[in-house]
Amino acid sequence: MQDQNEYFEQYYEEVDLHDDYLMIPPELALLEAEENEIEVKKDGLAKNKLAAGRRINGDVLIVGAGISGMQAALDTADKGYRVILIEKSSTIGGNMVKLDKTFPTNDCSICTAAPKMVEVSRHPNITLMTYADVMSLEGEKGDFTAHIYRKSAYVDPDVCTGCGDCATACPVEVINPFDDKLSKRKGISIEFPQAVPIVYSINYDNCVGCGSCERVCDAGAISFLRKSEDIEVKIGSVIVATGYDLFEPLEMRKEYGYGKYPNVITAMQFERLLSSFGPTEGKILRPSDGTAPKSIGWIQCVGSRSKQLGFPYCSRVCCMYATKEAAITKEIDDSLEVTIFYMDIRAYGKDFQQYYDKAKDMGVNYIRARPSSVYQNEDGSIAVRYMDTHTREILDMNLDMLVLSTAIMPSKQNPKLGKVLGIGVDHNGFFESGSIVSDPIQTTRDGVFLAGCNQGPKDIPDSVAMASGAAARAVEAIVEREKADAVKPPEQKDVSGDKPKIGVFVCHCGKNINGYLDCADVADTVRDDPNVEYSTDVMFACSEDSQTDIRKTIEEKGLNRVIVAACSPITHGGLFQDTLEESGLNKYLFEFANIRQHCSWVHSHDREKATQKAKDLVRMGISKSVLLEPLSQEEVDVIPVTVIIGGGIAGMKAAMALSDMEIETHIIEMGDKLGGNLNKLHSLFPTELDPSQLANEMRTKIEASDYIKVHLNTTLENVEGFIGNFKAYMKSPGGDSELEFGTAIIASGFGEIDMAGKYGYGNNPKIMTQMELEGRLIADDLEKPKSIVMINCAGAMDEERPWCCRIGCGVSIKNAKLLKEKYPDAEINILYRDIRVFGKEEEEYFADVIENMHVKITRYSDVEKPQVVINDDGSVMVKVRDQIYNDEMELSADLLVLTAQTEGSESTDKLQQMFKIPVGPGHFFIEAHAKIRPLDFATDGVYFCGSAHFPKNLADAIAQAEGAASRAAIPIMKQRLVLEGITAIVEPDMCVGCGICAEACPFGAIDLIKGKAVVNEALCKGCGLCNATCRSGAIQQKGFNDHQILSMIKSSLNEVF
Amino acid sequence: MTDDNFEPKIIGFLCNWCSYTGADLAGVSRIQYPSNIRIIKVMCSGRVNPQFVLKAFQEGADGVLVSGCHPGDCHYIEGNYHARRKLTMLSDILEFTGIEPERFQMSWVSASEGKKFAEIVTAFTEQVKELGPQKKLAGGEK
Repeated sequence: MQDQNEYFEQYYEEVDLHDDYLMIPPELALLEAEENEIEVKKDGLAKNKLAAGRRINGDVLIVGAGISGMQAALDTADKGYRVILIEKSSTIGGNMVKLDKTFPTNDCSICTAAPKMVEVSRHPNITLMTYADVMSLEGEKGDFTAHIYRKSAYVDPDVCTGCGDCATACPVEVINPFDDKLSKRKGISIEFPQAVPIVYSINYDNCVGCGSCERVCDAGAISFLRKSEDIEVKIGSVIVATGYDLFEPLEMRKEYGYGKYPNVITAMQFERLLSSFGPTEGKILRPSDGTAPKSIGWIQCVGSRSKQLGFPYCSRVCCMYATKEAAITKEIDDSLEVTIFYMDIRAYGKDFQQYYDKAKDMGVNYIRARPSSVYQNEDGSIAVRYMDTHTREILDMNLDMLVLSTAIMPSKQNPKLGKVLGIGVDHNGFFESGSIVSDPIQTTRDGVFLAGCNQGPKDIPDSVAMASGAAARAVEAIVEREKADAVKPPEQKDVSGDKPKIGVFVCHCGKNINGYLDCADVADTVRDDPNVEYSTDVMFACSEDSQTDIRKTIEEKGLNRVIVAACSPITHGGLFQDTLEESGLNKYLFEFANIRQHCSWVHSHDREKATQKAKDLVRMGISKSVLLEPLSQEEVDVIPVTVIIGGGIAGMKAAMALSDMEIETHIIEMGDKLGGNLNKLHSLFPTELDPSQLANEMRTKIEASDYIKVHLNTTLENVEGFIGNFKAYMKSPGGDSELEFGTAIIASGFGEIDMAGKYGYGNNPKIMTQMELEGRLIADDLEKPKSIVMINCAGAMDEERPWCCRIGCGVSIKNAKLLKEKYPDAEINILYRDIRVFGKEEEEYFADVIENMHVKITRYSDVEKPQVVINDDGSVMVKVRDQIYNDEMELSADLLVLTAQTEGSESTDKLQQMFKIPVGPGHFFIEAHAKIRPLDFATDGVYFCGSAHFPKNLADAIAQAEGAASRAAIPIMKQRLVLEGITAIVEPDMCVGCGICAEACPFGAIDLIKGKAVVNEALCKGCGLCNATCRSGAIQQKGFNDHQILSMIKSSLNEVF
Repeated sequence: MTDDNFEPKIIGFLCNWCSYTGADLAGVSRIQYPSNIRIIKVMCSGRVNPQFVLKAFQEGADGVLVSGCHPGDCHYIEGNYHARRKLTMLSDILEFTGIEPERFQMSWVSASEGKKFAEIVTAFTEQVKELGPQKKLAGGEK
């Protein structure tokens, strides 16, 4: 059966997936290493060109180049400091690039990660070393010396072209760890097609030494004599971003048949099946026989939430990735039966609950059950026996394929790496934080910081935010150092007046485009256009090798304009513009034809029409491209001041991080005291840390800082300007004032919704919200209750407010514990829908309270919410149907605590108007990108953190705050900014001075001077309103002028080919 | 009288911040819609000069769609209000020239409304298909 299966030949083989090269004694390779000191050249030319046994001077060492390491590297390097980024595998990108899509936006994962990878590899301040690991770290904060062992890959990275001839010639086939054992690859290989750097490498353990690769390598990149090297690096601080391992249910949890039954796979393997560059090219097929399954099931919490058979914590991401995988499966084929066996659905993040609701609407079947074991049927299908905890029936289900949502576990290398770096490892095996709630980024060693999942399970945006935060902290130690000079792109070639020579690159995007339309045909067809000098189709236009190709082609063919037909300019336009700049072309000579988002993905069932449309889109691009002109960009100085709106924990922490980077910071706070909600809370989940003490400590530090100025009782009345040059108008009892600043951080926080009219709130002193309870606990004025009921999700996850409040479950459990300790005789019952105590610590805290505090929890259904009855004598009764025992209960409540839904602060609307930033459901601000830009707004120079983004627990809010500080510090540390080139321009001879354009301009960027319109380029945002209003055609929007748009209209309607 | 084989030519002007991104989301969500539309990106719907619409009809377009951010959400504060005023007036002019007003449509699609974008394009394509080829201005003075 297996032999006919083209995709999964060697699936069963037991292979150690860990490329454990550290086991080779490094001394062997270091014997003949020579000492010779090379400083990394500031222009980056010395990148990857290091001879054996050298010393490199840098500022920050970053260990691990997954999404966290990459973000930390970019944030540090953008501030002008030199980063040495080391990665143990042969490519950067980490686990994120293995995923097919990311929740809750269903963005293609590699598409969002690849631009970051390319940016990292091309950043002049980043020295990237792959196949490298850190062997020692000596010294102290500000002056560390580390030794890096760089294992030989037997391929010269500067010579390898990534052509792949060597892999074709290589006779050795090994299991491919990148596809998690689902495919094979050669002994010489790259991890995946978009790998960065795109350099083949030989795994020493697999190589038979036949020399085939060396003989076929035209570039002469392969040498078996290449030595591993020991590199000494001098740095001021270290960021550890080494990520996580995935639990493999071979020993523990082997009752689910993984490794025994071929059709039982892990969720990461399923991601690889969905991926267009995975083993099945995106088709969902059974490993046993390569057929398409008709039913697929997911079992959640495999290895998580279990002290006995795995790890006690919750892995935080599995509910959502399983929901995503199931929903995508339904999207691919609606007839598939898709089932998820869950314990609680932890859809705790922004838009997660809505995503989960949508998946249910799509027909994903959620069953609350923990199957005990599974068996294989004769046809290879999997029999699952389970008890549905809602109906208490024991049932059987046959599934063609079973996916195990396996736990995120600490990397097995952590104990060893912890010893090398001198940092602590916690009881689970994750790296230890300075304080789990108030200082998640700090390790136990000064000057060494954490980012991402090596500190505990996290989803991508939380990792990215933490990575930015780590960059801010790492810069503290080296802020006095001289920065690397900004690298200027090569001189621009003057192409004005030259005959257009357009280069067209049509991207396949793996199968994402070429699977639905004929890319080669598109490239062939437009080649005949007289203005097109060169046209080709490429596998991945965004990958490192294609970028090199484009640069080379610009050079060789003398191109003066470039069109890329691919995904979307929104995500990838900037990347290609950079490529043009590096080739000496003005970036505005680039044009994007959107043939994926606007074509192949939306016309997937008609190849012919999709191909025709793609041709039209490229032709429209050509017609505009011919008329494109180079545009110049003004430069402005940045006012070196950051303003923080809101003085809660997030605002305070951001201010402290900025102060440590020696940046003048102003906190604008409406209230009369810094601290925000900390001032109202009794204690902080999941610890019993005293919030007032934490707030006091922070206030003292802020008062002592020379860089922070606090404006209490102050409201922001208006903001004008743009990145680098904002002006705030503030109002306070002391009078009105103005403040000029360069960047802003919004930390406006959140609050409970008004519960009036819900669950009897407002009518009885026994009924209060959690926030009010915290106040009463501080005041210690509660009447001793005998029975306490808490209703979770009060006002949450309904039609009016569909989001999950993220923190309510944790708060209710913490307060239940406090009340139980205070009133040991009281009966406490928490009514809940799902217990969403996600991540490390929280689940453990919850399990402890349930086991040891005798707090009862009762699950209720969203269609039968608890009813509150207030009797005539003032006593309170709660009626609820227990969803698990299907039992109608009546609970008397001396104290009824409502875990109220939360929403963004009241000032949200005003801030939205003033800063021109978007707001979504619940009055929470919307970030520039849900995954990879969680702290930025689309508006430059404005950032946000804490619960203004979405409700957060303290650790996440602090990581975000330090991250936002890092983001806001970048423009200030750059000192000068380059403005947008798309602005309006006036032809004075044609201007009649009517002034309509000046009236139309929303930014006041146009003045009438001596009867002619004049544009202030620093204020112009390039919307083009003036252009559409001008009756004489005197004012034109650069890059979108009348000629260019009319020409696109014309070419779209006249079928030339 | 409608010809089943008639495939209308439709031009869509989408603003960069909301509708273009909304159309991107339709793609990312793989929501299928008819392939007749050819999208031209503008930075703001307020950039769409009524002349562009007339020119499109002259060049032989059977339908024109303009889409921007929802009122109040404009990235440029008020650009879409300009668009709305101008293009409402244009509808009257189109009627005057003998072009069915149904051939021209304005819509508001935010960056998160991929599904809505696909629905609008599908409905509009159907609507223009029903009307048949546009001959009033097509082939006229260019």
